[in-house]
Amino acid sequence: MTEIIEHDVLIVGGGGAGLRAAIAIAEADPSLSIAVVSKVYPMRSHTVSAEGGAAAVIRPEDSLEDHIYDTISGADWLADQDAVEAFVNEAPREMTQLEHWGCPWSRNPDGTVAVRPFGGMKIERTWFAADKTGFHMLHALFQTSLKYEPVKRYDEWFATQLLVEDGRCVGVTAIELRTGQVRGIVAGAVIICTGGAGRLWPFTTNAAIKTGDGMAMAYRAGIALKDMEFVQYHPTGLPGTGILITEASRGEGGVLINKDGHRYLQDYDLGKPLDVSDPEHPQKRTMELGPRDKLSQCFIKEQQAGRTFEGEYGHYVHLDVTHLGEKKINKKIPFVRELARNYVGIDPVYDPIPVRPVLHYVMGGIHTDINGATSMPGLFAVGECACVNINGANRLGSNSLTELLVFGARAGQEAVNFAAAQSKPQTGPLEAQVRDEQQRIAGQFINKTGGTERLVTLRTEMNEAMESGVGIYRDAAGTQAACDKMAELQDRFQHVSLDDHSLSFNTELTAALELENMLDIARASSLAANVRQESRGAHQRTDFPPPRDDDNWLKHSLAFRTDDGPRIEHLDVTITRWPPAKRTYGS
Amino acid sequence: MPDEKITLEILRYHPETDEEPSFQTFEVPYHEDWVVLDAINWIKEHVDGTLTYRWSCRMGVCGSCGMMVNGTPRLTCAVFLNEFHPEPIKIEPLAYFPVERDLVTVMDSFMEKLQSVKPWLIRNEDEEKPLEEGEYLQSPAELASYKQFSMCINCMLCYAACPVTGLESEFVGPAAIALGMRYNRDSRDQGREQRQEVIASHDAIWNCTFVGECSVVCPKDVDPAGAIQQAKVESTIDWYTSLLPWTKK
Repeated sequence: MTEIIEHDVLIVGGGGAGLRAAIAIAEADPSLSIAVVSKVYPMRSHTVSAEGGAAAVIRPEDSLEDHIYDTISGADWLADQDAVEAFVNEAPREMTQLEHWGCPWSRNPDGTVAVRPFGGMKIERTWFAADKTGFHMLHALFQTSLKYEPVKRYDEWFATQLLVEDGRCVGVTAIELRTGQVRGIVAGAVIICTGGAGRLWPFTTNAAIKTGDGMAMAYRAGIALKDMEFVQYHPTGLPGTGILITEASRGEGGVLINKDGHRYLQDYDLGKPLDVSDPEHPQKRTMELGPRDKLSQCFIKEQQAGRTFEGEYGHYVHLDVTHLGEKKINKKIPFVRELARNYVGIDPVYDPIPVRPVLHYVMGGIHTDINGATSMPGLFAVGECACVNINGANRLGSNSLTELLVFGARAGQEAVNFAAAQSKPQTGPLEAQVRDEQQRIAGQFINKTGGTERLVTLRTEMNEAMESGVGIYRDAAGTQAACDKMAELQDRFQHVSLDDHSLSFNTELTAALELENMLDIARASSLAANVRQESRGAHQRTDFPPPRDDDNWLKHSLAFRTDDGPRIEHLDVTITRWPPAKRTYGS
Repeated sequence: MPDEKITLEILRYHPETDEEPSFQTFEVPYHEDWVVLDAINWIKEHVDGTLTYRWSCRMGVCGSCGMMVNGTPRLTCAVFLNEFHPEPIKIEPLAYFPVERDLVTVMDSFMEKLQSVKPWLIRNEDEEKPLEEGEYLQSPAELASYKQFSMCINCMLCYAACPVTGLESEFVGPAAIALGMRYNRDSRDQGREQRQEVIASHDAIWNCTFVGECSVVCPKDVDPAGAIQQAKVESTIDWYTSLLPWTKK
């Protein structure tokens, strides 16, 4: 028998965005039943790994106008300005709301919330909970969500496909991992909050679960993925593991040094350094507090000039925080100390930390409007899986955690409005869709024998092609090679062979479904990078060097899935009050 | 030493085919900078795709990958092979939890216990500060008084180290009690009385015999044993206070 579960609103993903949306819905209308489907227990979601902070204007000397301008210029003018304005305007209220829900924000001596400087921001406006901001935000949201009885969680359920009826999204199919059964969960509106896809790349800060499942589900249902060529390398990850060393370490005064002991960022149009003992250090929008895209690009240039260190896990530079002293390090960036000691055997109180750029964030995602609505009625998307678009060609550090809250709340409200205005979906006709999905998964994976390809082989080849073709610097040949490789891997995926043919908690099956998802997204990202013939923000084409080409490319890319691979279309950027200008750093 | 190996003895159990769990031995390439989780991932990718376990962040903050490593509950992403090499390493699911499959434990009762302590900020009716008036003020000292208890990642190592959880399945347990204390001690919170029903019950703090292993194994220095002791002291004061004639109802 096919089991169909019914709710009013369904959220896929239990991280920051999904939980914020769930609470918004519960508060908007306590009579609605809300399902949160997540492939992991919510407190395992990758929001937990965010470290540095979340931006919102709070200081009297700060201004919404400045946060907007920093975000738009940081995005190299590819952000939609109406979305950025809404985001910045609503950010302080959302952050205060999280404070009222118990988030343990770090404080000033007078008891007000403290803020710290962050890259690309003109003034201190990044709220923080030491350097475990994402962890505390996620746990505060999760714990708060527990008090709302209408929120029903489906922990460790893996969503595989959207249920669509007459062009409207009415639910998902999902595997209950414990039993291996495919179920249908039907709802009047669906919000995808499944996070990014950093695991396309081999060297990433991202957790194992970041495989772009929601992006792939929407993409396969005909919804465009927007701006997938824009991916962020964080300038400071640990060599080998890729573990993140937060930008807050530079916000608190840490400096980047090459093998000659030189603060090399001064050679790349990012301003002049002040001595670390200068009370004005670190200067905002300058040197180590420049934006992430530029800092990662500077690293590659230093490497090409032979001025980086070389170790077992490739080239690296030094992030030096020793001058901050033990007391400040323990108070402001204790997790940095813990991670560096545990994973590279360095105590940053005494020695510089080896770091190198590492894939951190996907700016692109499911194409949505300013309320998180997609082109499919009934389907919404929020967070890293979505592209609303406030991040454009380069996201500023500490904007993404706030984005989860602002747009989680917006999409939650919008989903409530949508579900209220529509008739309840009929479950009868959907049973066949659920049965088909159960049969597809059984036939393609569980019951299949005689395959020839091992998951790890395909995944490794995908990772290598993305790193060499769709990394910090790209060109026509490399992106084309990545496109070709993904097409080849999608063919070979048909011959994948699993060891595990059982139902209960089959994590080899979920790994296969994740790889299937990643290959689809990787192909979209590679082609989008191939088509955009300019350099802008995080998308740097060596065959089309800067400056960016606004005449031809001040527009978003939209990737649509076809059986022959992605098709790319374009969409104008929304420009309101901030006409494109030269992007400058270094006061 | 590229050809060096290390032996992992892993407890396997499949609910569809096995009556009892049993150990299986794997030889894994030895890398000095590999954590135990790296070795387990290597087995799953290259030798046996049926090996089943949870993991995600691989940086000690998501709380997924706790297992018994040579009899001690550890986060496998934070324990290095070189701590044991050349001796073999024995890997088992977290103690005292029912096993779903191989190294995956059933978390249902843990999740219920977390929820039972009402782990959210509670304000008296009519004492909610409107958002327009900004944040609740909280001094750094007030923050410090509960911060430690807010650092719990729900990895459940403390339950696997606690002999009482083995004997009394209803015991609310170290992490959940510490979480309740985290809110009780938060200067913004007014919900202590509501939580006392659970925390001061026999199934909670009074069940703890103060073995203290929970705090020893905690990877985040939360000190749940300290939280339980503090709760006991505070509950005792509550009780004595209730006997005073001028506080009697």
